Amino acid sequence: MPNPTPHDWLNEHGDYLYRFALARLRNPDQAEDVVQETLLAAIQSQSYAGQSAPRTWLVGILKHKIVDLIRRQVREQPMEGLGESLPDDPGMDEFFEEDGGHWSDKPLAWDMPDSALEQKQFLAALQACMDRLPAKLASLFMLREVHEEDNEKICKELEITATNAWVMLYRARMGLRKCLELNWLNR
Amino acid sequence: MLSCKQASQLLSQSLDRRLSWRERMGLRLHLVMCDVCQRFGKQIVMMRTAVRLMVSAKEQDERICLPEAAKGRIAKVIGTGPLN
Repeated sequence: MPNPTPHDWLNEHGDYLYRFALARLRNPDQAEDVVQETLLAAIQSQSYAGQSAPRTWLVGILKHKIVDLIRRQVREQPMEGLGESLPDDPGMDEFFEEDGGHWSDKPLAWDMPDSALEQKQFLAALQACMDRLPAKLASLFMLREVHEEDNEKICKELEITATNAWVMLYRARMGLRKCLELNWLNR
Repeated sequence: MLSCKQASQLLSQSLDRRLSWRERMGLRLHLVMCDVCQRFGKQIVMMRTAVRLMVSAKEQDERICLPEAAKGRIAKVIGTGPLN
């Protein structure tokens, strides 16, 4: 069997790579770009020796390209944009009483639905809420929740401190949870 | 005694790092008495589960394809790229 050409990779795996990227990035243009970068990197790399399925190998490259893109995003939007209180105080004061730090905006009860249809609607609500988060928070949150790697490695790759990551992830979770309360619970 | 503000931060961090023994004890003590933080903790875990579900659903959704225009553009770019 002749060796696959880059065009074979594009034809056979392009759609999957695009779906993989689109599921992790917020916009289609970015997903198209990382697929292109992945194929270019694959061409330049000598590392494919047929040891793993081409798709697995390509996805491995794609993951790096996605992290590179998120790192650029994190760099372009400096921390100052998130408020001066970093890194020790994550803010979110609007949710807590000034003295004592008890909830002033108490989380209301909601659950993830069991039925397939409702679950689909829930995921759509979650997606809408993620779209409303600042891009940087959403990207980091996504990377953290689906990445199979530990936080330390993610921080290293993104060139941020662990404390900054905790603060950003806390803000993302607080924001998303509240948004789901407003848009899912009160649907 | 931890405040809810501190407890919610620790709950979030517990998804990203191993808490110290002291932090775990403090958190456990707080959660025994605080239903609201317990609920918060459960909900952020559910959100993680949901995000993973969402991503794997999209990954498998064969209706989502690389747009033809992009495919053409990429084919052109890789066509002129160096071959190994």
